[in-house]
Amino acid sequence: MSSILETRGLTRTFGAVVAAKELNVNILKGEVVGVIGSNGAGKTTFINMVTGYLPPSSGDILFDGKSVLGRKSRDITRMGMARSFQVAQLFPKLTVMENALVALVAAEGTQPSFLRRLDTPKRRDRADAIFAEFGVSRYRDALVSTVPQGVRKLVDIAMALVSRPRMLLLDEPTSGVSSEEKFALMDTVMAVVRQHGVTVLFVEHDMEIVARYVSRIMAFYSGEIIADGPPRSVLGNAKVQEFVVGHHLNVNAVLGATL
Amino acid sequence: MLFAKLSASATTPALLLMAAIFAASAWVMPAWLAFLLTLAFSKALVVLGVVIQMRAGLVSFGQALFYCVGGYGVGLASQYLGVSDAFALLALGTLAAIVLALICGWLLTRYRDIFYAMLTLALSMILYGILVKSSALGSTDGFNVSPPSFLGWVPEGDAIKRTLYLLTVGVSAIVALGFHSFMVSGLGRVTEAVRENEIRVEYLGLSPQRMLFANYVLAAGLSALGGGLTAMASGHIDPDMAFWTTSGEFVFIAILGGTGHVAAPFIGAIVFSVIRTFAIQEAPNTWQMTLGVILLALVLFLPKGLWSLVERSKKREASA
Repeated sequence: MSSILETRGLTRTFGAVVAAKELNVNILKGEVVGVIGSNGAGKTTFINMVTGYLPPSSGDILFDGKSVLGRKSRDITRMGMARSFQVAQLFPKLTVMENALVALVAAEGTQPSFLRRLDTPKRRDRADAIFAEFGVSRYRDALVSTVPQGVRKLVDIAMALVSRPRMLLLDEPTSGVSSEEKFALMDTVMAVVRQHGVTVLFVEHDMEIVARYVSRIMAFYSGEIIADGPPRSVLGNAKVQEFVVGHHLNVNAVLGATL
Repeated sequence: MLFAKLSASATTPALLLMAAIFAASAWVMPAWLAFLLTLAFSKALVVLGVVIQMRAGLVSFGQALFYCVGGYGVGLASQYLGVSDAFALLALGTLAAIVLALICGWLLTRYRDIFYAMLTLALSMILYGILVKSSALGSTDGFNVSPPSFLGWVPEGDAIKRTLYLLTVGVSAIVALGFHSFMVSGLGRVTEAVRENEIRVEYLGLSPQRMLFANYVLAAGLSALGGGLTAMASGHIDPDMAFWTTSGEFVFIAILGGTGHVAAPFIGAIVFSVIRTFAIQEAPNTWQMTLGVILLALVLFLPKGLWSLVERSKKREASA
């Protein structure tokens, strides 16, 4: 399988702090990769750099073989790499439908017109189809600020997928979601991304979530990747258990519980 | 939901009806009222420029810049280029403002919040300073603007005032209809999204700055139209058109009327003009205090402006 995202010697420093150190990452098309690490390990810095939000201090980022260095986030989105956020980034005073309509007009690739309406039957139909996929149809006319956190997370991810990206980066998709809802949320998201053949990279603290949904894990510690491979080998790694998980992890139990 | 309501509402026929009523009343209303309404509608056009920016989350404390450019554009074209047609004069004033906005917008749309507000104020005060020092343009006194012609027709006596009033009503109606469409257009809605969350707009693949730039240029054009109409109606222009208190008036009217509907700035401008006229008449030395008290009351009791009264009554009707 060919590479979709590759970083070469990616480094980012904030003064004396090294948030990312010589990161060499290669994500293959169709992979579902989990990124784990304690707070401050450099996970979000990594996502912010590859999505153009944060310029790296040195190194290169290749998306589908093309360097995205120096490109703006919107250009990278248009190239086919979308992202969701740890705290859902939506338009709170607009309805769920209006949020989707804005995402849809953006996905059309042309500048929004000041003459043509945003709300068209065609866009509404597409939004309804997306809501049905994500199971949020009953909230379509509610203001985003009034819907539950889990729904906001789903809408946030749905908006990222509207542009039909080839790769999706999810920053802690289950943060702020109750433990009862987290598997349902991930089941919904993963079903949609698998259906569309999207490569996924997601940052997550919850080992059960990571173990259940990914085929590969990258463990970050202090700006470096200390382990990279299948869940069993990474989660069983002594360094990962000491620096990332923080305690001894019964790998069989975690992987078994998620099967 | 608001979006769906707006698009399905009877706003377009209501705007046309109001325009027809105002136009028809030109032959029955007293001259002072026609003049007051001409200036009020012209102000409303400028305020629409303020509102368009407020809907994108930005407050301009310098919208008088384009009001003044529109006015001086008309005055200069009339005096130095020999243009007398009202439509051509308005077009020239508006074009001048748009060209200026294309330059200023490039700088301004990089800033947000108080920095944006202060920069807009600074630019308008620069123009004020230039005009005050320009003796060729009448310095602080400004200069008079000759009465325009209308597609070759030169009205005389009271007909000129009535014609200017009708022109203002006509321009206002066209702008109001266009603005209503803009509010539900792709650009109009995305600029609201920019106000709500700029980062998300960027990650959807759009440039928030480009949206705000388009918005700014549009606002400049609207405000210049208001300035041009004011110049023709009052027959005089002076640097005070660019002074910061003039910009303050436009922000005041925007808050007074509200930003929720295209009719709100027109209601705000009419109410403001009436209040100011009577406040000056009744209390010539303290009329600003009257306006200050009204602004205070508004912020406390009607933070969404006079239009929120209309929305409230609509809701009451719907729930009854």
